[in-house]
Amino acid sequence: MSIDKETARRAAHLARIAVPEEELENLAQELSGIVGFMEQLLEVDVEGVDALTSVSPMALPRRTDVVSDGDQIDKILKNAPDSREGFFAVPKVME
Amino acid sequence: MTDLYKFTIAEARSKLRNREITSLELTESCINAVEGSDALNAYCLKTPDLAREQAKKADELLAKGNTQDMCGIPLGIKDLFCTKNVYSQAASKILTDFKPQYESTVTSRLWDQGAVMLGKLNMDEFAMGSSNETSVYGPAVNPWRRDGSKKKLTAGGSSGGSASAVAADLCLGATGTDTGGSIRQPAAFTGIVGLKPTYGRVSRWGIIAFASSLDQAGPMTKTVKDSAIFLNAISGHDIKDSTSAPFVVPNFEAAITGDIKGKKIGIPKEYRLDGMPDEIEKLWKDGAEMLRDSGAEIVDVSLPHTKYALPAYYVLAPAEASSNLARYDGVRFGHRATLKAGEGIDEMYARTRAEGFGDEVKRRVMVGAYVLSAGFYDAYYRRAQRVRTLIKKDFDDVYSTGVDAILTPATPSAAFGLGEMKNKDPIKMYLNDVFTVTVNLAGLPGISIPAGLSSEGLPLGLQLIGRPWEEGEMINIASVLENGAKFNFKPNKWW
Repeated sequence: MSIDKETARRAAHLARIAVPEEELENLAQELSGIVGFMEQLLEVDVEGVDALTSVSPMALPRRTDVVSDGDQIDKILKNAPDSREGFFAVPKVME
Repeated sequence: MTDLYKFTIAEARSKLRNREITSLELTESCINAVEGSDALNAYCLKTPDLAREQAKKADELLAKGNTQDMCGIPLGIKDLFCTKNVYSQAASKILTDFKPQYESTVTSRLWDQGAVMLGKLNMDEFAMGSSNETSVYGPAVNPWRRDGSKKKLTAGGSSGGSASAVAADLCLGATGTDTGGSIRQPAAFTGIVGLKPTYGRVSRWGIIAFASSLDQAGPMTKTVKDSAIFLNAISGHDIKDSTSAPFVVPNFEAAITGDIKGKKIGIPKEYRLDGMPDEIEKLWKDGAEMLRDSGAEIVDVSLPHTKYALPAYYVLAPAEASSNLARYDGVRFGHRATLKAGEGIDEMYARTRAEGFGDEVKRRVMVGAYVLSAGFYDAYYRRAQRVRTLIKKDFDDVYSTGVDAILTPATPSAAFGLGEMKNKDPIKMYLNDVFTVTVNLAGLPGISIPAGLSSEGLPLGLQLIGRPWEEGEMINIASVLENGAKFNFKPNKWW
């Protein structure tokens, strides 16, 4: 399946990556090439085959749902581009 | 004693323990080598002051009779590992100025043993690439050059800085990470040993994530024995990584006996590619011959779904990456785009990511978002996961016939020139991983061993694929190949 400009725009939006209008056509072509490569998978008979989500031989372990760490606001905010009064600061979300 | 930096880990360990040298002398020798290495662009950050401080502490421990293997050993650390208060950027603009407030489990274990950090090593951005050319720092350069040529060659990727640094004696060993071949391919391109452990052997905690079901850290070293020593230091269960295995870690170094009599080595016919260079074919045959001469039985095996490994990988890895990289939004760390009047949080996310990610990372994140989107999830993502089951089953079937390890070439060619793939289709670059990617999909251990030189004088590597959790056996067989191949070549110093 080839990817058109609108599908490329949608993929960019889903990924939250700004792509200038004039680059969308080129992006669509690139993505088409990659998706075309993936389409070899359609040749494989996967009838009755389970999906593999983990190669680990064990079930994911569970732990008790308790607080085990915390009180590290300074460390957590240390790398933030903007923080105020112990919070991450972002542009206004609601008017 | 001016050439201390050329030691292997095993050699340095014995000289440190016997008090023939101090860690500070060894570390100064390495710092000096690193200082003169800028043309290789292997180190993206040098930490000589920290190294001296750690070396002095190691010397105190050694004076008290500390016998931990990595005590006093100077190492390089891939930029993907979070190191406390030391820039950790995954070679991406989006993590500019990021100083983690915590230490990855792998590096913690190394520092707990008394190891020394010389600096952070160059890599492809977020470990996405096979030539180190997607790095925000520019590519690491291979210390090897073609006979009679001055052209700069790739050190491979994504762990290109690690490979270049080990091959050029800019550290005694380095950490790497491998999602589709990122330890083994650069090791093969630079004539060193690179080991990817069984998935779950080494904790992923504190390593910047690319594709979590495939990522695994491992050692890049000058010898097979060093890889065993290094692997022991970083392996083992970690409560902070729920996929790390609660298994007892065997002594990998003690597994090196050189005795492989009666071992069964599989040669998979699907790895014989059309158009594969004769010298790669010959290298592979010679490797099998060496193992046979040492008493192993060589058997033909079949891994019928090999051909579908790369397309499955390039669905699954970008899908996981698009999810893992969602965290880079300009809120908690790293780069944030400067907003214009009237722009809000949506523009902040989209422009931060457009400015912060390089082209290959953007491409993969968008591909990942696409294959996970409504309407395509079953057709691509779900199908790729089912194909992954079949790829793993191929290996299970071969191992169930009593095969102990599988021998393949590590890469389809020797190192190529920087810039040579620039205008080609991205898929051409992906084909570098054709022999290595199956191992990640099946969660198996693999090791790349330097085994010969190409007609142009460049290193070529062989790969051994082991049974799950049998790194010791794999390392032992690798040591037989290492002894047989007698690869004792080093690049001529030009940097």
